[in-house]
Amino acid sequence: MVFLGQVIAWFLNPAHWTGSHGVPTRVLEHLQISGIAVGAALVIALPIGIALGHWGRGGLLAINVSNVGRALPSFGILVIAFEVFGLNNTPVLVALTLLAIPPVVTNSFIAVRDVDPELRDAARGMGMRERRVLFEVELPLALPLIMAGIRTAAVQVVATATLAALIAGGGLGRYILDGLGQRDDVQVFAGAALVALLAMAVELAFSGLEQIVTPRGIKGNPVGRMAVGVVEPRLF
Amino acid sequence: MGPLLDATDPWIRWDWFWLHVPVFEARLLEHVELTAIAVVVGIVIAAPMAIVAYRWRPLRDPLLAIGGLLYTIPSLALFAFLIPFTGLTVLTSEIGLVSYTLLILLRNMVVGLEGVPEEVRDAARGMGYRPLAMLLRVEIPLATPAILAGIRIATVTTIGLVTVTALIGEGGLGQLINEGLIEDFKTPLVVGTVLSIVLALVADLGLAGVERLLTPWARRSL
Repeated sequence: MVFLGQVIAWFLNPAHWTGSHGVPTRVLEHLQISGIAVGAALVIALPIGIALGHWGRGGLLAINVSNVGRALPSFGILVIAFEVFGLNNTPVLVALTLLAIPPVVTNSFIAVRDVDPELRDAARGMGMRERRVLFEVELPLALPLIMAGIRTAAVQVVATATLAALIAGGGLGRYILDGLGQRDDVQVFAGAALVALLAMAVELAFSGLEQIVTPRGIKGNPVGRMAVGVVEPRLF
Repeated sequence: MGPLLDATDPWIRWDWFWLHVPVFEARLLEHVELTAIAVVVGIVIAAPMAIVAYRWRPLRDPLLAIGGLLYTIPSLALFAFLIPFTGLTVLTSEIGLVSYTLLILLRNMVVGLEGVPEEVRDAARGMGYRPLAMLLRVEIPLATPAILAGIRIATVTTIGLVTVTALIGEGGLGQLINEGLIEDFKTPLVVGTVLSIVLALVADLGLAGVERLLTPWARRSL
């Protein structure tokens, strides 16, 4: 109880809310580096996953990329990237982007591939060109599952960005690692609370977005639900 | 810790590598132990939770939500939460690691059990199966592919996470990575990372093999 009191006192201390070491700055740093990494991963991963799903090819590759991705130890990748790119933000960005790519590729592949083939046929029968089939039929139907992949990636990136502090980066990991270094449990705990809250906020924001982008036609559709329930557990 | 990059340091110094093979073996063994404990304890906790979530509908979503919440917390933060209470110990690492396996195992177990076709359950009931017998001899066997997939994913994920526990003084292969970082010496860093990846891939393939042996009817693997 004494300890929790100290943590609350840490949060109430105005000195912890201003300046380059303040909470707002750290949160911003954290979100900035995570955002850039997720953005870069989307630019790389979405076209690959969607194209493979549309053509129904390369399933083995698309699925295995996320198996291999899971096997990558983020800590090791981060430190290796640091050895390659040196002391700046690049190694963190590279490592985080690398971690965000697999869930996006796999999810967008499965999402587009598993669009009901009869719908695809019907669209073609109505005279739609491939481009319109993709953009007006497949993608809207695949969007919820694609978003689920992006959410997984985003939460993972925000979580791993904590380790960025290891190589002199900023972000909320600073509090945890500095606290560990100074044997300051209060600071460690406060940092952990901030990171956990941020990760949950990101998770919630993306879940909300998922709801918004789900086409009205498949909302509450048991088939659509099933697909999400079955596929998701494989993607962590 | 002030990392300075030494450009002349090669990725692997083989003389150092060969001298330290016994250390690598010890770290690898630690890594396997930390992973195995986490996955086994995770299964022991997740299995009853899954059965409860499956049988008592109102508890399903809350239980899955608890798992999801634990999974969202970044690993380093979770370890940090526990340090004030359990210190820099194996217990801290294991509590953290187990909580991560929970969501994966729980979700797959529940999804697997729910995937048992209603007709099969009806038929079993018609044949006079009581709830417990039906669970043990019909529902769990049919859910095995999903359950094993969960164990596989949990194991591979945990192998990656164990490296992070090095930051709180445990950590198997992560300790080599940490050494590499602190001393700016690439050999242990590369060895630790590569061994961790190899271990994860071997575990993935091994468990995929177990999956095939135990569920020959479910050959269509995603």
